[in-house]
Amino acid sequence: MPEPGGEVVGRGLRQGGDLLRGWFAELTAAAERGEGAAYVFVMGSLVELLRSFDLPVVFPEINSLQTAVKRVAASHLNEAEELGYSPDICGYVKADVATQRRGGEHPMGRIPRPALAVLTTACNTYIKWGEIWERTYRVPVAVIDVPGSRRAGDAFAPGDGDFERDCFYVAGQLRELVRTCESVTGRRFDVDRLRENLAWSNAALAGWRRALAANRAAPAPFNALIDGTVYLGVLNGLRGTPAGAVFFSDLAEEMELKAASGLGTLHDELWRLLFVGVPCYPIFRRFNELFTERGGVFVGSTYLWFASGGAQAPFSYDLEDPLRGLATGLLLSVRAAVDSMLFHDRALDELLDGLRADGVVFHAVKSCRTTSAGLADGRRALLERREVASLLLESDMMDQRVVSEAQLKNRVDAFFEGLAARRAGALA
Amino acid sequence: MSGCTAGVDVGSTQTKAVVLDGAGAIRGRALVETGANVFAAAERAFAQACAEAGVAEDEVLYLVGTGYGRYRVTFGHAQVTEISCHARGAAHLFPGTASVLDMGGQDTKAIRVAPGGTVLDFCMNDKCAAGTGRFLQSAAMALDIPLGELGTIALRAARPVRISTTCTVFAESEVLSWLSRGKKIEDILMGVHQGIANRSLALLRRVGIAPEVTFTGGVAKNPAMVELIARYVGMPLNVSDDAHFMGALGAALFARDHVASRQTPRARPKAAAVAESAAP
Repeated sequence: MPEPGGEVVGRGLRQGGDLLRGWFAELTAAAERGEGAAYVFVMGSLVELLRSFDLPVVFPEINSLQTAVKRVAASHLNEAEELGYSPDICGYVKADVATQRRGGEHPMGRIPRPALAVLTTACNTYIKWGEIWERTYRVPVAVIDVPGSRRAGDAFAPGDGDFERDCFYVAGQLRELVRTCESVTGRRFDVDRLRENLAWSNAALAGWRRALAANRAAPAPFNALIDGTVYLGVLNGLRGTPAGAVFFSDLAEEMELKAASGLGTLHDELWRLLFVGVPCYPIFRRFNELFTERGGVFVGSTYLWFASGGAQAPFSYDLEDPLRGLATGLLLSVRAAVDSMLFHDRALDELLDGLRADGVVFHAVKSCRTTSAGLADGRRALLERREVASLLLESDMMDQRVVSEAQLKNRVDAFFEGLAARRAGALA
Repeated sequence: MSGCTAGVDVGSTQTKAVVLDGAGAIRGRALVETGANVFAAAERAFAQACAEAGVAEDEVLYLVGTGYGRYRVTFGHAQVTEISCHARGAAHLFPGTASVLDMGGQDTKAIRVAPGGTVLDFCMNDKCAAGTGRFLQSAAMALDIPLGELGTIALRAARPVRISTTCTVFAESEVLSWLSRGKKIEDILMGVHQGIANRSLALLRRVGIAPEVTFTGGVAKNPAMVELIARYVGMPLNVSDDAHFMGALGAALFARDHVASRQTPRARPKAAAVAESAAP
């Protein structure tokens, strides 16, 4: 086993950054060759199928959040609002509208235009977003209806009659998508390539779940908010690739090594926290520092669940019948992703117990109703069930205009004072 | 006087200071406008409270800063948020306190507290000053009535109007609109009060309303607001004559805790020296 502090520790962030830059370099090259890409979303991306047609994959959600992290989102949002997009709608959509109008210019490179778009019904905004590309570029948009994704996920499992009927329905939609891909690319569907891509994803997802489990250790080996977002980028962008599989195998090794060696992401971990919602990307690192400078570490988050497309759910694609395996995986993972948003109070029980967290931070954002509606209700439900410190913050994932660091800090400081008082009371 | 501690609450509009004696009784209070120089306001309030208490500033063993400007109370020993301080002060004056509503110049806080004043949960208005004292201030300006008289006049209302805006800036134009339609000033003012009380109630409900409810902050001096909040929560409110100083009192109590824990305080930086070093 490598020594702590050697090449292994910190490898995930180094390699993750390299892989993300490499992915955007490939997208830039595709754009410069005038090639189109498959536009997909994090909840139900189906990239394994799209990659089997050699389509570059673009995640507009990731592109948009990058504009906020790189602090150029304001001009994108303004440009979209000048066109008539409301200040109240999804900031990701508006940043993408501006990116498209700028010919794909992006802080990470150049984004190719869409050749087709694939989306699921996991998020209502996906559908309207896809319509913009459909009308702008006259490209096909495949909407995959994933039934039962608002049923708290506990109703059916593989083998149940209703699940099998749902699976049959989804597999039928995937066969239609195959025909669309054949039409767009002029290539024949190769089931063996899909099988191979699914196998790479199986390996990556297994590694990802091992890494998530490693954060049960105290101190936590990685910060779910900052480090976790880098890993999420790789999980989405490099899904279905050998590089993605190797990365997550390595990441699991690194996190397990750190856990076994007592190496935490924060030297003095005083408080183990959970994060619920979408990060505050306009002040991404500063937001995290408000917690780490008081010894708080985000050890888990629902974001790592739903923005990975439900990859925390324990499943692997059946390689015997790849299309049906993909349909089953889509059903299970999209339901798991949506459950972790719309039924986050249930997810929190699992996270609180598994990660031995001291408190929960809820982050409601103005421009994403899907993830923010019901946060206050879920929080209240959680507090009625169990004694746990919690904090509800309100800002945005994209729009700096509604992010007030002074207001956030005041609430965060009070949250830590409450945590300290609780601990002192418990010790008294 | 020995064993004195102090709290300085630097709010968005006013800065308050309280000095406690060794037994925990309030010996001095001060209230000054915060203005642009937060540090100077804090220092001035502290000096005035010490003067009223009859103690030299050097005799204060421990000083805690609170409020939005707490990090500018650089001549103090520690900072605690006003959320914790209001809870602590309220529970000190009214030991049965379970819910606190603090209505200040720019923010309103609802706080759920455990016995002794530990904060269990809280929420505040976000991004918007509607539902705070600033909303009342806008109405006072629009109607050209002193802020301190608003509540008394509002209580004379027979048919309150409905203020529909949630924006403090637009509130002024809505008030003028009602005036132009011939509505009585007291009815307009009661509409303004009801709008604020409703928003505050929503905050209280988010953390849970439990008896006893203690009302703190400058707006707690407004009799119409006290009456409305009490009606809406369905129980009488605890309102202290020192409601305005509750944050500073809580800060002074935290300072007292520190002294009682027998931790030797480091020397408090001299305000004048801090001011000098902070000067450009």
